[in-house]
Order: sequence, then structure tokens, then C-alpha cells
Amino acid sequence: MALCCGDAGAERVTIDGVQGVIRFENVGLRYGLGPEVLQDISFALAAGSFHFLVGPSGAGKSSLLKLMYLALKPTRGLISLFGRDIATTARHSLPALRRRIGVVFQDFRLLPHLSAFDNVALPLRVAGVREGEVQKHVVELLSWVGLKDHLNARPPTLSGGQQQRVAIARAIIARPNLLLADEPTGNVDDRMAMRLMHLFEELNRLGTTIVIATHNEGLVNRMGHPCLGLKDGWLEVRESDSGSADQDAVGPFPTSLFKAAESGSESVA
Amino acid sequence: MLGRRSDLPLDREPLSRFLPWLIAFMVYLAVMALAGALVLNAMVARWDQGISGTLTVQIAPLDPVVPAAPATAAKDEERRLGAALKVLRATPQVARAEALDRTHLMALLKPWLGDGGLAGNLPLPRLIDVELKPGQRVDVAALTKRLRVAVPGVSVDDHRIWLQRLIHLVRTFEILAGTVLVFIALATVGTVVFTTRTGLAIHHEAIEVLHLIGAQDSYVAGQFASRALGLGLRGGVIGLVLAVPTLLVIRYLAAHLEAGLLPDVSLEPAHWAVLVVLPLVVALIAMLTARLTVMKTLARML
Repeated sequence: MALCCGDAGAERVTIDGVQGVIRFENVGLRYGLGPEVLQDISFALAAGSFHFLVGPSGAGKSSLLKLMYLALKPTRGLISLFGRDIATTARHSLPALRRRIGVVFQDFRLLPHLSAFDNVALPLRVAGVREGEVQKHVVELLSWVGLKDHLNARPPTLSGGQQQRVAIARAIIARPNLLLADEPTGNVDDRMAMRLMHLFEELNRLGTTIVIATHNEGLVNRMGHPCLGLKDGWLEVRESDSGSADQDAVGPFPTSLFKAAESGSESVA
Repeated sequence: MLGRRSDLPLDREPLSRFLPWLIAFMVYLAVMALAGALVLNAMVARWDQGISGTLTVQIAPLDPVVPAAPATAAKDEERRLGAALKVLRATPQVARAEALDRTHLMALLKPWLGDGGLAGNLPLPRLIDVELKPGQRVDVAALTKRLRVAVPGVSVDDHRIWLQRLIHLVRTFEILAGTVLVFIALATVGTVVFTTRTGLAIHHEAIEVLHLIGAQDSYVAGQFASRALGLGLRGGVIGLVLAVPTLLVIRYLAAHLEAGLLPDVSLEPAHWAVLVVLPLVVALIAMLTARLTVMKTLARML
């Protein structure tokens, strides 16, 4: 499979001297006694960077993301998040790190018994944000992703695209330092896909480091961000050689929301 | 805590309907066992209080093999009684010593022998009720020796042997009741562990999502704990409501049996207070068990 940004730009990542938001050193992962699905993965993502994670199905994209959002432990190698070595971080300190990561799961993983509002509110509630603040920010963000009329709808009654937007809203509501998204535009039309991409870019401009796993090469080429290419368990980084993305017309992003959310999460921490 | 919003649909599980009833039955049995233990304990305390500081001196009737004229026998009996009373009243620790008359003796025997007048023909011992001065003890062996010098065939009973046996029996019942309570507590813990683990399995997906968005274990455990507290309280109150009429019926039946044979089985206000606290204790056990079960299970996650 051709990697998104052209093989000419391919080079093995050098990580020396880059602390980064997230840093992998010789990370290997195997499930049980099976073969290694990820081998000698080394990279570091600088704060405020925007990367696509591409590769054929079964290359290990989801596994790599799981390592990044702390759902799995590597079988070897070193992972550090926000400057902390995960292997030596006490278990009770991990939730604080997880709150700095927003995740859009491939299968959304919305809680089916909770309304769209309550699903999006979860990260704020888990972080102990006051209910008044929760109310304000969740309504604002759901309105922005076009779900103002579906605040009380439960996920099973929403379409795939609507569920995806709820999942994205849940991932970004607490303004994470790192956003990891697994095929976040898989169920929406092109226009909504671009709108969501611009949402991610807006977040990126506000300082969030972003990694998006996708199969959508057209989208990757249009956006023009560097790629992490996974093939047979090996990782390569390719810098972008295309221009910046065209700006699809989108409404103003509710940035005030994040300033408040950030101060809220700080007060909790 | 009970009014806390829950992110997990714990109340929609079928187990949530059964748990209060299981807890209700356990609280019912626990109230019965505890009430029994409390009544027995109070009974022993009353007996102990009533009996310590008293002695009974028994003067056996004269050997019926050597018959004497009734008038002589009665006179002799009075003489021996007087001699014994004299020795007793001369003992410094004794506050009061009084002979029980025959009518009183007959009344004591009535529950066993009935009104048939049979007792009137029996050779009965004479009894002297002795009350010691408060806080005083008397050497029963020495007193018996002195009494026997004056009145041969006399015996002194300080009720200790009888009381010790009764206390021993009651203590055995109390240990039994305690064992029942421990078993009930274990059964409650087992039931809650089982339902909590089932809940964890049913809601595994949702719990993982909460975990990945940064929920502390205590956040998830708190939701299970408040559910267990709520169900435990509901079950506890049902159990108590069922137990109270049972206790009242037992009390009514005991009060209407032939008095004298059965001890007083009524509960004092303090005992009722202890029984009312029981459902709360069971609910707290349920809450802590649920919390610990969840914390232990989640500790296995990364």
C-alpha cells in the first residue's frame, strides 16, 4: 500500500533530544505468546504537533493507539507521556494522565444508557467539574457539532454520524493535551469530515497534540500534515510535502469553552 | 450518597430486584438471633443480681423411718429452725434471716405438683431465706459447719452451682446466636460480592470507558457502593419490618403461658435500639463489600 505522503520523504524517526508529549523508545507489543504486532517503535511527538497515523488494516494502528492512551502495556521498550515514564508511574497517578488524553474510539464506545449530553459530560464529571459548568460547556459543544436537538437522545437512537460526533465531543470536551482519534471521520459525509478536521485543527492551534488514525488518503493529502506510517509492525515518519488544507467554511469554534474547561480541570488537579 | 447520579445502569439489573429480598431474609434471621441473645443476656444479669447476696438454708425433715407424734415432730422442727436462725443472726455478714412458712413452700411447689393437696402429705424441708449485707461474702463451708453443730442435717445453698449451670447454658445459646450472626454476615458479604462481580462483568465495557477517560477506581467503586448501600437499606428495613411482628407474637405467647416456668422474654428499649441499628449495619457491610470488591477487581486493570 502506498503511504500517504510519498516514500521519498520517508526516514526512520530520530528521537534524540526530543522530549515530546509522547515518546516511544524501542517499544514492542505482543498479545499473549503470539508474534509481535509492533516492533521497535520509536518516535516522539512534539507538543502542538498534528500527525496522521496511516497503514494497511492489521498493521497495528489500533494497538499503537491503545498503547498511547494507556489501555495496554508494552511488552518491551519505554513509553513516556508528558515527560513521565509509564512503567515507573504509580497506578493511582495514571487517571490524571488519562484525563489529559482525549480518545475517539473507532467503535465510539458511547454508553448506550446515557443521553448524548451525559456521554459528553462524563470526562468533566469524572474530573469533578461543577455541574453548572458541565451544563454550559456540553450544550455549547454539542450545538457546535450540530447535535443541539439531540441532547437527550440515547446513542442507539442516533445515526452513525451523529454517534461519531458525540464521541468526538466527549473526547475534546475537557480540552485534552493529546487527542487520539481512530478513524474519526469514517461514518460522516465529506463535508462533515472536513468540518470535524477543522475542529481538530482548531484544537491543534490551541495547543493540543493530535494523532489521527485513518484510511482516508484523500483527507490526509488535503490536510497536509505529517504521517506516522505503520507497516508490518514497523513505524516510519513522513513529513508532509503538500500544501496546507483548504479552509472549508465552518462556524466559529467555541474556544471560550476550553478556556473555562481548562481552568475547571486545573482547579480539580 | 444515595442520591448520587450514576453513570452505570446498575438499577436495571435483575439482581437489583433480588438483592433486597435476600438481605431482608438475612436481616430477619439476624434480628431473631440478636433478640434471643439480648433477652438471654438480660435474664442472666437479672438472675445474677437477684441471687448473689442470698443463701438458702435447708433443714431436712426428720427421718420418717422413726415416726414421732405429729405434735412432737412439729415442735422439734420449730426448735431446730430456731437454733439455725439463732446461728445465722449471730453471723456478722447476715442482714436478714427468715424462715419460709409452709404456705409459702406450697406456693413454690404449686407449678410442679398442682393444687391436688398432695404436697400437704409430703415431708417437706424447712427453708430459711438469708440475705447478706450488701457487698459481703460469707464462707459457706464454715457457716455450714457451725450450723451443723447446732442443727444436724442442715445444708446451705448459695445457688452458685445452679446459677453457674444456667449461666453456662445461656452462654452456650449466646455463642450459638453469635455464630448465627457471623454466618449471616458472611452470607451477606458473599451475596454482595457475587452481585457486584456480576455487575462488573455486565458493565465491563462502560467501566473500561470510564477508566480510559480518567476515572479513579474510587469513582467507579463509589457507584457500586452507593447502589449496595441503597439496596442493603431497603432489604434491611423489609427484614426488620417482618421481624418486629414475629418478636411481638413470641412475647405475647410467652406472657400467656403459665407464668413462673418461663423467664421474662420482653425486650428493653435499649435492645430495640440495637435491633433497629442492625439493618444499618448490614447495609454498611454491603456497601463496604461492594466497594472493596470493585477496587480489588479494578486493580487488575492497567
